Amino acid sequence: MKNIIKISIGFLLIAFAFTSCNNSNSSQSKGALSSSAAEKVYVAPGEHDEFYAFVSGGFSGQLAVYGLPSGRLFKVIPVFSVDAEKAWGFNEETKPMLNTSYGFIPWDDSHHPDISQTNGELDGRWVFINGNNTPRIAKIDLTTFETTEIIEIPNTAGNHSSSYVTDNTEYVIAGTRFSIPVPQRDMSIKEYKGNFKGTLSFIKVDPEDGGMEIKFQLLMPGFNYDKAHPGRGKSHGWFFYTTYNTEEAHSLLEVNASQNDKDFIAAVNWKKIEEYVNNGGGTMMPTNYAHNVYDDRTHSATSTMIKEVLMVDPSEVPGAVYFLPTPKSPHGCDVDPTGEYIVGSGKLSSNVTVHSFTKMLDAIENEKFAGEAYGIPILNFEDILAGSVEQPGLGPLHTEFDGKGNAYTTFFISSEVVKWKLGTWEVLDRKPTYYSVGHLMIPGGNSQKPYGKYLLAMNKITKDRYLPTGPEVTQSAQLYDITGDKMELLLDFPTVGEPHYAAGIPADLIKSKSKKLFNLEENEHPYATKTPADVKVVRNGKEVHIYMTTIRSNMNPDNIEGVKVGDKVYFHVTNLEQDYDVPHGIAMIGANTSELLIMPGQTETFVWYPKKVGVWPFYCTDFCSALHQEMQGYVRVSPKNSNIELSWSLGED
Amino acid sequence: MKTLKTLSIFFVLLVLSCGGNDETKKESSKVKLKTTEKKVEAKKTTTTKPSETIDLVNKGVGPITSVTLAPEVDQAMAAQGASIYKKMCTACHKPDKKFIGPAPKGIMERRTPEWIMNIILDPEGMVKNDPLAKALLMEFNGSPMANQNLTEEEARAVLEYFRTL
Repeated sequence: MKNIIKISIGFLLIAFAFTSCNNSNSSQSKGALSSSAAEKVYVAPGEHDEFYAFVSGGFSGQLAVYGLPSGRLFKVIPVFSVDAEKAWGFNEETKPMLNTSYGFIPWDDSHHPDISQTNGELDGRWVFINGNNTPRIAKIDLTTFETTEIIEIPNTAGNHSSSYVTDNTEYVIAGTRFSIPVPQRDMSIKEYKGNFKGTLSFIKVDPEDGGMEIKFQLLMPGFNYDKAHPGRGKSHGWFFYTTYNTEEAHSLLEVNASQNDKDFIAAVNWKKIEEYVNNGGGTMMPTNYAHNVYDDRTHSATSTMIKEVLMVDPSEVPGAVYFLPTPKSPHGCDVDPTGEYIVGSGKLSSNVTVHSFTKMLDAIENEKFAGEAYGIPILNFEDILAGSVEQPGLGPLHTEFDGKGNAYTTFFISSEVVKWKLGTWEVLDRKPTYYSVGHLMIPGGNSQKPYGKYLLAMNKITKDRYLPTGPEVTQSAQLYDITGDKMELLLDFPTVGEPHYAAGIPADLIKSKSKKLFNLEENEHPYATKTPADVKVVRNGKEVHIYMTTIRSNMNPDNIEGVKVGDKVYFHVTNLEQDYDVPHGIAMIGANTSELLIMPGQTETFVWYPKKVGVWPFYCTDFCSALHQEMQGYVRVSPKNSNIELSWSLGED
Repeated sequence: MKTLKTLSIFFVLLVLSCGGNDETKKESSKVKLKTTEKKVEAKKTTTTKPSETIDLVNKGVGPITSVTLAPEVDQAMAAQGASIYKKMCTACHKPDKKFIGPAPKGIMERRTPEWIMNIILDPEGMVKNDPLAKALLMEFNGSPMANQNLTEEEARAVLEYFRTL
């Protein structure tokens, strides 16, 4: 009894702590409501979150893995940017992953993660994400949570209308935001109009292993292709792209690309083009792009340069592409779960425009065209309009769906999320965001089957929301409960880089498939050392290869002599552990690279150029056991002309 | 009032346990290591080391409760066990010489077959639940035995190999 009293006083104090915190921040919040918001996001120690959220890092170039509803960060998956913590782009195995036609690039701007689908539903096999700056699409394997493939997109610049998947992950697509000369050539920028082109790329995804291959590129007029969304269900087989700068301006776009009353959503019948291509259509065009693949068995990546791409001129495939007039520089391009409604948010428009897929097909069938642009038919705005949400806010950007007939749109300028009803177009609710929200995400909210429990809004600006950290402050995500009639803000949490967009999925769909370790038997790394008997040090001219193993709590060999100044020393380190969550790290004093972080059963390699005579230590960097501190070794470095033979040992006097 | 006191002590403890504990932990474990070493030396004359203790009754705690050994060694199985042992165990165990961990040579005279298989299959559980396994961990400098995720069949083959040593 006494204990119960103690415990309840404890809870009261905790509750008081919560309410008092909230009161100090906002005079509106009510104690009871606040504690229920806290309960809704509270995931007790040792418990798991209900959803995974894969949140892009924007200019960090990475992909962060959070749990929802807690907002806890689990992992930052390196994708387009080097990551010294995980040796991504530093070890010999992953350097090829960042190879491009411009050579090795250590950074990119990652934007739109999208999870693979089967029958229009999330299947949790892979996440795709685009690199915006040096156009690339990456694939992350959701068994290892590692980037296993990156394909460069040629003839593209500002790879922004990317990387969305079709209902059965037949294709992941990429589109150019900046039109450019195709092929590239030395020409006057002033000759942009009519000469610059925009490409839309269709990357075929192997249904078995997810392998990517550019099937064809569509050579479109020189507009800016901003965002994209595949048709769903009834509109499966189509892809929709918002465009702006149909003015084809090449300077001061903030004024010159905002002249037209309407720009277009390009509707692309990819099934028709696929058929055309399968029947020999299109023209092979010389180009050069990198295709990088990481193999879980060799634990290494290879980079292959591909020299040609199949280019399709849409005017040669009648019925393949149409333009849907859409007001004022539409940005977000979103299709509802039934595939009927295509939402185009004109970012300079006061309304959200919704087109009807059925009406679009009808207008096409009846050839009700308002004109054409570069041989592509333009439909009449009035013929295809399903409706519009009138004056819902300022600066509409992106829309996702809850699967219950509601849509949720973000408003960048007025910093809010607005809930509205499909079909009646009435505004049902609005909630502020803090501040300047870009994308929003409902798990499965861009598929045929949304899990309409939470909505994550991603903010570009936070100003006063967190403890200040100098001029640069965090960006943030905000979690709303959307199960009721009104949205309820539950949680703010800071993010890695710019949380540009996210993809969410019920944890149950992937967590049981998460790999625990790599089977040592299956390790096909050419420098793997699978048993202590194979430990060796080999000299090949000035190259020295150390075949090393690690296991709690030693590195074998740990005494190496016979290395000389001017050598190039490779540490090929195999983690012999076959137990969950026992990685080992290794770092060498003065090595001009990062540590290695080696998972059980894996082999990784770093290179060290010994520059000074002496005896130099290396050690394990990942706290692996009680004897972690003892996990160390020495390399003796002798002068260039020394004739000391190579020797190595562990535990010998 | 009393409850408040208890609570505040609780909170103080909470705060204490939150901050800066890592350092103190490291320090204290270093100290401990020294003292245990001394103790072992002091008692050397009177007690047997855990690695030299003979216990042919204790089956350990783990998935294996009963193993029947044929009178003759199954050579094929032993060969398979030798190959598994070479790949999975030699980083820490030399067959006939103490290394990171004890040598398996002669283990059949000191341990039951069940105990041997249990320590291979679930070293963490054994250290937690079997006093002898725990004592061995301390004797071998607190170096934990790695779980190499062998199947029962593989562990059985390793056991058969131990019979040949």
